Amino acid sequence: MTPTLSRRGFLAAATIAATLAMPTIARAQNTTGGASARLVIVGGGFGGASAARFARIAYPWLDVTLIEPQPKFVTCPYGNLVLAGLRNLDDITHSYDGLKARGVKLVQDWVDGIDPVAKTLRLRGGTTIAYDRLILSPGIALRWGAIEGYTEAAAQTIPHGWIPGDGSQTTLLRRQLEAMEDGGVVGIAIPANPFRCPPGPYERISMIAHYLKHHKPKSKILALDAKDAFSKQGLFQDGWKQLYGDMIEWVPLSKDGKVTRVDVATRTLETEFGAKHKVAVANIIPPQSAAKIAIDAGLTDASGWVPVNPRTFESRAAPGIHVIGDANIGAPMPKSGYVANTTAKQAVASAAALLRGEAPPEPVYFNTCYSHVGEAYGISVVNIFRATDTAITEVPNAGGVSPRGDLPEQRRFEALYADAWYRSITQDAFA
Amino acid sequence: MRHALLAALTLLVLPNPTQAQAQAQAQAPAQAPAPLAAQACLGCHAAPSLIPAIAGRPAADLAAALTAFRANERPNTIMGRIARGYTEAEIAALAAHFASLSPGAAR
Ligand SMILES: Cc1cc2nc3c(=O)[nH]c(=O)nc-3n(C[C@H](O)[C@H](O)[C@H](O)COP(=O)(O)OP(=O)(O)OC[C@H]3O[C@@H](n4cnc5c(N)ncnc54)[C@H](O)[C@@H]3O)c2cc1C
Repeated sequence: MTPTLSRRGFLAAATIAATLAMPTIARAQNTTGGASARLVIVGGGFGGASAARFARIAYPWLDVTLIEPQPKFVTCPYGNLVLAGLRNLDDITHSYDGLKARGVKLVQDWVDGIDPVAKTLRLRGGTTIAYDRLILSPGIALRWGAIEGYTEAAAQTIPHGWIPGDGSQTTLLRRQLEAMEDGGVVGIAIPANPFRCPPGPYERISMIAHYLKHHKPKSKILALDAKDAFSKQGLFQDGWKQLYGDMIEWVPLSKDGKVTRVDVATRTLETEFGAKHKVAVANIIPPQSAAKIAIDAGLTDASGWVPVNPRTFESRAAPGIHVIGDANIGAPMPKSGYVANTTAKQAVASAAALLRGEAPPEPVYFNTCYSHVGEAYGISVVNIFRATDTAITEVPNAGGVSPRGDLPEQRRFEALYADAWYRSITQDAFA
Repeated sequence: MRHALLAALTLLVLPNPTQAQAQAQAQAPAQAPAPLAAQACLGCHAAPSLIPAIAGRPAADLAAALTAFRANERPNTIMGRIARGYTEAEIAALAAHFASLSPGAAR
């Protein structure tokens, strides 16, 4: 039997086991009137931290454990402002003390394996942890080699800055920008959909442009994109023209924008039809998938992402495991921190309901993504979504992007509101 | 200009929290542990900032503000786009939820 087959068998058994197990827990809950159930959460990023905090506040009877290998969390959001020199790494680093104070049990380790039948997790440190319901929010993995030559080792020379880890990727890119001579070209490779944070690459372009405009005004940005359209495109391009003149060149897929190969030694980005762009500083945002643990646990499909029930976020492959955040297939929802935060709460509420043998709540999901085009120039997109057990749909005639046109007040306020958003959402996840 | 808009945005928000708290205590509904539509507000309205606080405001004022945003009858940068995504029942539920909290509470 191949490992794949045995895994499928395993998961089928898990489905049955989970179905049978649920009423037992529900009964235990009812008869003891408040007996605790073990909610284990993997990944202390936007999804996982929001889930842990909300579970402690809304469902105090849950015994909540959060497993996260890093001692502190560096956010992706506002990382682009670090590149601009408008924030320090400290400003975007959050401790888990707030969650601990709320009674979340923190385990600092990697989860290396999930047994959905026994309902246990295997930690790298050797411990086994049992759960009644599992919430998995492990984020993304980068597809090393999808762009030829872009390996994990290459990322030490050409940063991606798309998984912040301990912040070293963001710092590396910032240092390279600082070291670049005026007049240099910064090359940015941008992937096709779906990927983490649809407006993120374009905010990054903007914030690098902000830095260059003030410190290296003769420099250029060459953005090589594997698609022909992007999030808030009109608003970004209006802002680029207004703030940065012709500093930014965006090359879409149809104009040979897709980077397929990189020569790390010479910092050369090669596109589909063979154009070679030698740049002074390169930033490659590679194609992505769900994080490794989701793949190893057999939760992903051929797309590399995790199919879930859109109402409960339970994995289609393994009931009892709710997969939230960037790792799941949540289209038409974007892979954003805000979506990770609001869907985390729905997943917790669903897990709590299912533990008690009740129906999961009616879902409504929310997203706002602010982007900084300039220091005092913000734009946003809003989406509201509703879901059934099979589909997610965006509410029509609502949401949408900021109005276009010459609206300096709107832009200034949206930049200020973006800062307020950052404080608020990180409080709602980590405080 | 900037101050004009800021003033406008501040003015259209809502009576003072102490008064709001008294009313909230009188009308506090039995609290479901998690009105999930209300949870979405906390991404922006949890921490103190120039975004107006909503915890502890009277439910009627919150509902009226959202209804006006929805109809584009109050100046705003983003709230109209947001408010149009929610039903009247959801607006009533989230208004009741935030009214039931003490001012300064953020959940
Ligand atoms: C440049 C940039 C800017 C962005 N700006 C915004 C923005 O303005 N607004 C917005 O809403 N979103 C933004 N995002 C998107 C946002 O960062 C992600 O959508 C969000 O982080 C997803 O949350 P998550 O919980 O899925 O993953 P993460 O936040 O990445 O958290 C995953 C966690 O899981 C842990 N983990 C992984 N594997 C394991 C394992 N095996 N065992 C234990 N732990 C594990 C990791 O250490 C990590 O801490 C931005 C992203 C980028 C890259």
